[in-house]
Amino acid sequence: MAIEIKGRMGTFMVLRMLTSDTSEVLRQLDGRLTNAPDLFSGVPLVLAPADGLNVTVETLRDVAEGLKERGLLPVGSMNVSEALASAAGLGLIRNLAAATREKPAPAAAPAGPAQVVTQPVRSGQQIYARGGDLVVTAPVSAGAEIMADGHIHVYNTLRGRALAGVQGATDARIFCMDQRAELLAIAGHYQLSDQIDPALGGISTMAWLEGDSLQIQPAFNPGG
Amino acid sequence: MARIVVVTSGKGGVGKTTTSAAFGAGLARAGHRTVVVDFDVGLRNLDLIMGCERRVVYDFVNVIHGEANLNQALIRDKRVDNLAILPASQTRDKDALTQEGVEKVLEGLAEEFDYIVCDSPAGIERGAHLAMYYADDALVVTNPEVSSVRDSDRVLGLLSSKTRRAERGEDPVKEHLIVTRYSPSRVGKGEMLSVEDVCEILSINLLGVIPESTAVLNASNAGMPVILDEKSDAGQAYDDTVARFLGEKRDHRFLTDKKGLFSKLFGG
Ligand SMILES: Nc1ncnc2c1ncn2[C@@H]1O[C@H](COP(=O)(O)OP(=O)(O)OP(=O)(O)O)[C@@H](O)[C@H]1O
Ligand SMILES: [Mg+2]
Repeated sequence: MAIEIKGRMGTFMVLRMLTSDTSEVLRQLDGRLTNAPDLFSGVPLVLAPADGLNVTVETLRDVAEGLKERGLLPVGSMNVSEALASAAGLGLIRNLAAATREKPAPAAAPAGPAQVVTQPVRSGQQIYARGGDLVVTAPVSAGAEIMADGHIHVYNTLRGRALAGVQGATDARIFCMDQRAELLAIAGHYQLSDQIDPALGGISTMAWLEGDSLQIQPAFNPGG
Repeated sequence: MARIVVVTSGKGGVGKTTTSAAFGAGLARAGHRTVVVDFDVGLRNLDLIMGCERRVVYDFVNVIHGEANLNQALIRDKRVDNLAILPASQTRDKDALTQEGVEKVLEGLAEEFDYIVCDSPAGIERGAHLAMYYADDALVVTNPEVSSVRDSDRVLGLLSSKTRRAERGEDPVKEHLIVTRYSPSRVGKGEMLSVEDVCEILSINLLGVIPESTAVLNASNAGMPVILDEKSDAGQAYDDTVARFLGEKRDHRFLTDKKGLFSKLFGG
């Protein structure tokens, strides 16, 4: 047997381009990469120019080259014409958008190994637990960002941003002992600090999704 | 083994150079051979605060480029034994410092000194990175206000990830908090964060609280580290800070206008 068809495998990341200014795209990407060098490493990337963006073959090719230079894996593009994609040396992924619209990404939080962080997560730092849960036992500062494909637990003060279920797991939850977050998000549904009920500040909370709506409630407060 | 102590903050103008001069002088006065190194290339002012600007012939960059040896560039303090400074260059641009150059100079200094105090430039760019890269200890200088605390938090993140100790997986850089320009009356009015707030946000060990004091400006005009002004509140606060760093237990004396009240809470 010379080949084997293994069906769907893993996920890929979609890099949405919001401008056709190549250097700006790469510059912002570099910013993300300095904070979170592992964010994209080894994950196939799909380039998706935003609707109505005027991209040329050169733009697409330059961005793809830039990604490769940074050790990333651009494998295809979407939201562009077949001719444009192939001229830029990229495959065209046609049904991804449709597929994601019809059948939203995994609803279940992945059960990979949890990542445990015991050092403070400082302003400007970003931690991403890919494929599993994130457990943080130290404070998360304002200006820091913690993300997980699964659940997030913070057994300390959470002042920064916490994003659970970042690949779309709608049953992911965020637990924290002392909630002062700048942002809480689950599967892309978020609330900013000024939308969060002030009564939930400074206490233990749990956040989860009900449909599209992010719920935050006091949690594990003895007697409360 | 010499210990390398970086004085850093992120935000500018919070009192790094004031602290470097006072801390270095305090260590030297306690009998430790100490050199204070100015990493603020292009904006040097450590030599001014230490009153030796007229004695600068060669500087840090000259040594890196091999245009002078360490002994030619080091300025020995005339008031305090065991104290020297390595001035920064006034004229060069910031890129004159290289990682290898800095390492070589620090190795040379380590042969002669017990403590190497590195006065970092503001920001989190190259100069600040080089100043902290080889550190064993970090004095994180913070003013009791939100933007300074935020910048210190960023710097703490860099200390735990972008230093040689972090890269080699060695024991982490020892972090110490110094809150400067502290004004209890303004804290009382809610215009400034309290020491408790700052400590809670940064969650690191509090080494010293330096009050807002006219003695600082007077000392720097006189070209004298403020710790040598033993009658002044800021001088005494720095003296306590150095003593704590060296392992002594001392109460925090300048947390309230009325002495002694809160210092009990923060004792030792
Ligand atoms: N405890 C204090 N009380 C009053 N003024 C102070 C105090 N500490 C520092 N200052 C003043 O604040 C100003 C800045 O101090 P300094 O030069 O030490 O800060 P820096 O952090 O080194 O600044 P830069 O980031 O520019 O290097 C100076 O004018 C100094 O006199
Ligand atoms: Mg300075």
